[in-house]
Amino acid sequence: MTGEQIVFLLVALFTLSSGVMVVTTRNLVHAALWLVSTLFGVAVAYALLNAAFLAVVQVVVYIGAIAILFIFAVMLTRKEMRDQGPQMNQNWWAGALLSVFVFVGLFFLLQGWSGLSRTASEMPVGFDAISELGNALISPDAYVLPFEVASVLLVADLVGAVYVAFNRR
Amino acid sequence: MVPLSWYLIFAALLFSIGLFGVLSRRNAVAILLGIELMLNAVNINLAAFWRYGDVKQMTGQVFAIIVFAVAAAEVAVGLALVISVYRRRNTVVADEINMMKW
Amino acid sequence: MSFWNDPLKVAADWLLGILTSWGVSEIAAQIFIGLLGVVILLSLLMVLDIFLVWVERKVVSRFQDRIGPNRVGPFGLIQPFADIIKLIIKEDTTPSDADKVVYNIAPLLSMMSVLILWAVVPLAPRIIGVDLNIGALYIIAAGAIGTLSIIMAGWSSNNKFALIGAFRQVAVMVSFEIPMLTVLLIPTIFAGSMGLNAITEAQDIWFVWLAPLGALIFLIAAIAELGRAPFDMAEGESELVSGYNVEYSGMKFGMFYAGELLHAFTFGGFWAILFFGGYRFFGLEQVSAFLGIAVVLFKAFLGYWIIMWVKYTLLRIRIDHMLAFNWKFLTPLAFTLLMVVALMNALLAGVPPLFYVVAMFLSNVILGWIALEVARSYGRKERERIEGVKQVVELHH
Repeated sequence: MTGEQIVFLLVALFTLSSGVMVVTTRNLVHAALWLVSTLFGVAVAYALLNAAFLAVVQVVVYIGAIAILFIFAVMLTRKEMRDQGPQMNQNWWAGALLSVFVFVGLFFLLQGWSGLSRTASEMPVGFDAISELGNALISPDAYVLPFEVASVLLVADLVGAVYVAFNRR
Repeated sequence: MVPLSWYLIFAALLFSIGLFGVLSRRNAVAILLGIELMLNAVNINLAAFWRYGDVKQMTGQVFAIIVFAVAAAEVAVGLALVISVYRRRNTVVADEINMMKW
Repeated sequence: MSFWNDPLKVAADWLLGILTSWGVSEIAAQIFIGLLGVVILLSLLMVLDIFLVWVERKVVSRFQDRIGPNRVGPFGLIQPFADIIKLIIKEDTTPSDADKVVYNIAPLLSMMSVLILWAVVPLAPRIIGVDLNIGALYIIAAGAIGTLSIIMAGWSSNNKFALIGAFRQVAVMVSFEIPMLTVLLIPTIFAGSMGLNAITEAQDIWFVWLAPLGALIFLIAAIAELGRAPFDMAEGESELVSGYNVEYSGMKFGMFYAGELLHAFTFGGFWAILFFGGYRFFGLEQVSAFLGIAVVLFKAFLGYWIIMWVKYTLLRIRIDHMLAFNWKFLTPLAFTLLMVVALMNALLAGVPPLFYVVAMFLSNVILGWIALEVARSYGRKERERIEGVKQVVELHH
């Protein structure tokens, strides 16, 4: 067991247990806070994968904006401060069964792939991932078109969200 | 050395946990929380394939960044819809939002 | 590499030698030395934090034409210790029906979000916690964690005023992150990298001469991020009964308060690093690393003094004015500034340095003047509209 493997196992344990708490806890604000810890665990996983930019953007976008949006939405959509009533569906066992099937299916699908147990090659020396990413995002024979389409999507989303949630008094 | 399979199984587990959340929760906001978990699992998958493939090809990271943007967009509109529904029907329990059920 | 030039490496190598000669494995020794460095940095920061309490009280008193603490010790220097002892021995209350776990974690997260910022501050050419090549973005990420801690504090206090204060503060913080992020890209354009060490190394000419409007926007956005006046709608004592920290007493409140002061000092430091040359001062940092640290701390104190000056001079702004100011004025201005700076930087690629500096400076000043004129004409129209309505009302008497 190398140190890297131990660190990965700890991070995975932390993230998955936070994920389980997200989907099972009764108090919704607690669920949003467990989501924050899950997202932070995922950010650490990105850092382990040498994707430093993705890790920082994960914290800024997911924890700094999306999680806060969730907390606001939870606080604005409750009749009183406490949560009442059951928090699982009537057919929650069907949902559990289905997700177990999905996981087992994915697992067997992966086993059939030969390149599954490959290990990571060394990062090339002097490889500046940030500038390569920047070049890929704006160079015409790379991904400038999806990038621009994503920004149009975000503008449309912004206008749509404000319009839908606008409180016309 | 962490094999690729560990990352993929981690992502698959996170995806299934999110799927369980989407299928089993009553509150609409809690369903959106499950969707966020699924999107994060997909992102881990993309980043792992970037790292364990050809690192010079930035496709994995670019795809992951576009998924970030799409996830943020979808959460914003989803929560706006939930808040708007709450204002009209005064409930966020998904079972009770059934006016258009035939 | 003598000790005066590169103290961290010399000390680390010496310790490593001692530890391996005692039989400790190399990896464990490296981890131990790393942890030791973190502990030393945090201890020095907390001592600095205590000193900042004294600085804050003396400066505010001078601004308000009084003397400030001068009884406890010479010039009141022992006063912060008296404050801390008072806070520690106070009763540690928790409101009934408060969410205990979240209530107790919130001040810790708030302090943590400030302390992790110091991992990327370049104190000298070779003294930096982690030389991240995305240091500028890391600052925003740490601010995001701070935002989370405030909403946790506000919600878990089970108090309507705390909740409203937290909502307002989080709205302001999330809104002002956008001009701050945009203006952080300006030193990135000039230096070609987001790493704070690279930005400091690239400042042969301080970036404040190249982009003064950018420095100003960063200062305004930073003051809003800190939640200090004139943007302290959320925790004004006369507004919302101290907002999100109303239910906190004792050392938990002390953590919020001390964390806020250290946060202000840290952003004074970042303002100095990004726009005023960081540890560079006409080659002084090459003489000795400790002189580099002294230069950074001096510039950070100057930045902190300007932040305090702004706090104790200006009136508090109303929350809707604050948000309108951000979304309708500061964000479009920051975007336009980024486009102008990027364009000018590309156009003036090969010109002599003096011409470059003068052209960038003038372009910033012209853009700032245009923005002010637009704001002024908008204000004039608003005033005429309101005054027109007033005249109509008076005629109908």
